[in-house]
Amino acid sequence: MSTLTPVLSQHWHNTDSFSRAGYERHDGYKGLRAALQREPGDITELVKEAGLRGRGGAGFPTGLKWSFIPADNPNPTYLVVNADESEPGTCKDIPLMLATPHLLIEGAIIASYAIKANHAFIYVRGETLHVVRRLQNAVQEAYDAGYLGRDILSSGFDLDIVVHAGAGAYICGEETALLDSLEGRRGQPRLRPPFPAVAGLYASPTVINNVETIASVPSIVSRGVDWFRSMGTEKSPGFTLYSLSGHVTNPGQYEAPLGITLRELLDIAGGVREGHELKFWTPGGSSTPLLTAEHLDAPLDYEGVAAAGSMLGTKALQIFDETTCVVRAVTRWTEFYKHESCGKCTPCREGFWWLVQILDRLEAGEGTESDLDKLLDLSDNIAGRSFCALADGGVAPITSSLQYFRDEYVAHFDNGGCPFDPAESTLFAQSAGATT
Amino acid sequence: MTQGNGVRPSNLGDTARSEMREIIARYPRPRSALLPMLHLVQAYEGYVTPAGIEMCAEELGLTQAEVSAVATFYTMYKRRPMGEYHVGVCTNTLCAIMGGDAIWAELTEELGIGHDETTDDGRISLEHVECNAACDFAPVVMVNWEFMDDQTPQSAHELVDKLRAGEEVRSTRGPVVCTWREAARVLAGFPDGQANQGRQAGTASLAGLVLAHEKGWQAPEGGTPALEARPGEAAQ
Repeated sequence: MSTLTPVLSQHWHNTDSFSRAGYERHDGYKGLRAALQREPGDITELVKEAGLRGRGGAGFPTGLKWSFIPADNPNPTYLVVNADESEPGTCKDIPLMLATPHLLIEGAIIASYAIKANHAFIYVRGETLHVVRRLQNAVQEAYDAGYLGRDILSSGFDLDIVVHAGAGAYICGEETALLDSLEGRRGQPRLRPPFPAVAGLYASPTVINNVETIASVPSIVSRGVDWFRSMGTEKSPGFTLYSLSGHVTNPGQYEAPLGITLRELLDIAGGVREGHELKFWTPGGSSTPLLTAEHLDAPLDYEGVAAAGSMLGTKALQIFDETTCVVRAVTRWTEFYKHESCGKCTPCREGFWWLVQILDRLEAGEGTESDLDKLLDLSDNIAGRSFCALADGGVAPITSSLQYFRDEYVAHFDNGGCPFDPAESTLFAQSAGATT
Repeated sequence: MTQGNGVRPSNLGDTARSEMREIIARYPRPRSALLPMLHLVQAYEGYVTPAGIEMCAEELGLTQAEVSAVATFYTMYKRRPMGEYHVGVCTNTLCAIMGGDAIWAELTEELGIGHDETTDDGRISLEHVECNAACDFAPVVMVNWEFMDDQTPQSAHELVDKLRAGEEVRSTRGPVVCTWREAARVLAGFPDGQANQGRQAGTASLAGLVLAHEKGWQAPEGGTPALEARPGEAAQ
């Protein structure tokens, strides 16, 4: 039986956890002091040995990413923290920054030192005003304490951090679109190669890491590789934030070793809401293929979820019970991808527009069997045919729901309409006891 | 608000221009300042006005078309006046199913406005927003980009009633909700001194931690500092 291992979230219950004083009271900035005593390359090696993998969805080894920064490039190096958390279902970085912004700042300073960057940016989504405030304040406090600015803690290392608020665009969570946005342009993905490590921000060497990834660095520095690897699995070591939402008794953030299963997490979180059963779930946001009750024992690490036919993604576990219409859920997600397509690539821009037309027809009970084939055919012509992963992720709900719930699509046009009552799925239906 | 010739007078003057230059100075290259500059335009004007686009273009050496191309890409930049309180209802899948659709239906009927529309008194505008990264607090409503967690149609109705009546409304995790323009100013990078207001974490954010405390669960103890300071070199 796995248990929870709060590290990132360990101090979130302290009412002043977001202040510098509250952070320093629990060994805050000790990792930075230690890191500045060593060569930058040592830090990168350490993060490599720890096996930390990117927590923003792709799971790329963090130390390896840092080591791709070329030593001989004459341009300045930049660190960009991707705090544009917007993958549907994902809600871990926002509470982390709200509760412990200094954990992110400390990690960003250590990472910048490791890659020899003197300028770092935190690109935070603009639709979370109070998080922007907390970050602005934490950065100011870090300057006041000498953790930022010139000659940090007499180490000779200089670093400036800018908190940059986005302006509402899901696609800016894609790293190259984020860079274009940070350069003051429309947020559209770039063709790779060149990769950001070689030509990123201002065509200069750039590392882009997710908030949770960067926030995991200080504890690795202060507590070591063996300690980090004592949690999680061989290929997916360490702890991580799992976010449970939807039809679960106690939704929230659950920090556990990688490889815990949804069955275990649901046990911990009080199970699916009372009187109901699990129908489908996402392991890591809406862009990761849906899974069902038959996957409850899949280890929630990068390999385990892949073996189950999906992706770990952002570990955004959205739980839906039997009252939920899968066609309604998938239609809404597809509308989202239609809205958020940046318009650069034709298959994505046009494809999602057509998918929504078909799904609307199906949900209204006016579809046909050939519409289902058309959905799959369109999906096949969107995924893999665009610059970025939005297209691949956007068709995942469609293809996976047709794999597991084709009968439910058919029931819509057999019945001449949606067989579900949306009122039964709501949070307030539960409190009224109407559905049990 | 409108002059005889139909042109709305601009609030953008020398102060705004000097603040734009302050923003530009934060970045290695000027154009990176464009997004915060557009937030600043909204702080002065309420939305991205032609005068705002003109000033951004002048300060950055861009054409107005180049600035407009950016302004129209992002949903937070508005092309007409928004309400003093901009209410966003999450209707992405999870919130919609948990009750966001019912909240949306309630508010559109109560206010008599739809998506990106504003009440006649200029107090409230509505938007159905995409996932706002608070799924464990579903269904979620935003007011000027502050979290209003765990809403019902009734609580959302009461919320907009209060906002229309000019009563104070506090975010469930943040401070007393400020105006649309004040919010835009913070997003432009000019803090309003409210960072210490509100909770450090909402109840759902603490669900796992509270349970870990109850059960005595924790991460492994100890660990060896991987990069201990060399003797005699301790920084401070």
